[in-house]
Amino acid sequence: MDTIKDKAAIVGIATTSFSKNSGKSEVRSICECIKEAVEDAGLKTSDIDGSITETSDAVDEVFIAKNLGIQNMVYFNSLRWGDGSSCALVQNAAMVVAAGVANYVVCYRAVNGATGRPEAPVGMAKKGMWAFSHDLCKQGFYPPFGLTTPAGQAAILVNRYMHDHGIKTEQLGWVTVACRQNAAKNPRALFYENPISIDDYRKSNAVVQPLRELDCSEEVDGAAAVIVTTAEKARHLKKLPAYVMAAAQSAMPECEWMTSYNRPDISRFAEIERVGQDLFSMAGVSPRDINVAQIDDFLAPLVPMQLEELGLCRRGEGVSFCEGGKRISPQGELPLNTAGGSLGEGHIFAMNHIVEAVRQVRGSSVNQAKKADLVLVAGGAGGPASGLILRR
Amino acid sequence: MPIEYNEKVPLQRPLTTPDNQGFWDAVRKHQLVIQKCARCNLLFHPPRAMCPECVSADSLTWAPASGKGKVYSFVNFIYDRSAYPGIKVPYVVALVELEEGVKIISNLIDCTAQEVSIGMPVELTFVDVYHDLTLYMFKKSQ
Repeated sequence: MDTIKDKAAIVGIATTSFSKNSGKSEVRSICECIKEAVEDAGLKTSDIDGSITETSDAVDEVFIAKNLGIQNMVYFNSLRWGDGSSCALVQNAAMVVAAGVANYVVCYRAVNGATGRPEAPVGMAKKGMWAFSHDLCKQGFYPPFGLTTPAGQAAILVNRYMHDHGIKTEQLGWVTVACRQNAAKNPRALFYENPISIDDYRKSNAVVQPLRELDCSEEVDGAAAVIVTTAEKARHLKKLPAYVMAAAQSAMPECEWMTSYNRPDISRFAEIERVGQDLFSMAGVSPRDINVAQIDDFLAPLVPMQLEELGLCRRGEGVSFCEGGKRISPQGELPLNTAGGSLGEGHIFAMNHIVEAVRQVRGSSVNQAKKADLVLVAGGAGGPASGLILRR
Repeated sequence: MPIEYNEKVPLQRPLTTPDNQGFWDAVRKHQLVIQKCARCNLLFHPPRAMCPECVSADSLTWAPASGKGKVYSFVNFIYDRSAYPGIKVPYVVALVELEEGVKIISNLIDCTAQEVSIGMPVELTFVDVYHDLTLYMFKKSQ
């Protein structure tokens, strides 16, 4: 039976600048972004006939249609789970175009994460931080004890991981440094021209052991969008297509967003592991074949764990793989988060990771890897996850 | 040391649902229970509507926990950022692996952040936070 392997491609991409105050509504940001992505593809906005975003995104498809002159929206959907859903948006779009349901599907995320949404309820949502607590577990068994933030919830996992593999705090920080150094060359990144060194990292403020402030992605105002169509149509458009060689989504037993604590081993991300297995199986390649990786770095210490789950390094060696930064630099054996990732660009739910993956495939990244035939994207560490392999 | 609350910011209360009511009713009576499927002999936390093994709701019961466990992991909240503003820092959140095998999040009290370690034996206690809110917590085993 046929899979969607190589049936679809990303043909247009764009991000806005990421800042602490865009000065624009989320609607305007995403519509300008989609317009840029559409022009990048050599299309018109009225060519778009499908739209997929996340369930808690600020802007819905009918409002987008009103702004962009979309005439016939024949497919629209929204998927859950934040950073874990961005690749799944593209997976969904690939399925839709491969099935002939729509021609040009836009996958997008927009957020005024820094300036917030005035109408949001009190608490964390007020500051623009998403407040999706679809998972009922959150509302009973963690907040009364003061475990209310992703950083705190993740620290439970990271502390156990470090205990299980004998990792010392002094070994951490290299992913954050690498992302900041990559972002420093990216004019649209929040931390453009603002790299940090490992000494800066070590001197910086702690948040919850072992996370430092610098390990937690900044909430920003910004948007990102990609246009997906069939491989066939992609060949007639403006830019080199980034073919969706594989796509996968996963939720495994006892999954809870950021708090999958009732598993035998909480140092593992079962969803990331499963996504990796399904991606390599669909693509017919192995982890060794991946040239560049864009990995969910919403919280830095979760990146080494994901590298292990994806088979990009050996179990227990994620942190040492990143130590020193050489192997994950744009010149290294596995260039990582080459536009800066969430840590360097800003937190746009890893949609920006997909955009950068396409740039690498095209050869147009500000931190271009010498070889970028196969680029892996994965998101959703600690909860429901999804991933893509894009290829030249 | 005991948990100190910031009166200006109320604690986020547990959301009770028909499926977890039994759990919180027991807590109010200073009892910790774990949801159990009587048919499959399996324990679940957090509580849910159906046993995922036999996929039925009619065999779900509440089994009392011994109250003994070990620290499986923990977080020291020392700084305000990422902590809950309704609780004064420093406070400790621990993931406790109960004797029965399930893991449960709670606060560790009566022990300093420096004393906490993975593997440390702990035992159950209860704190009446408000007149109408009781919470289960853990302290170092004697």
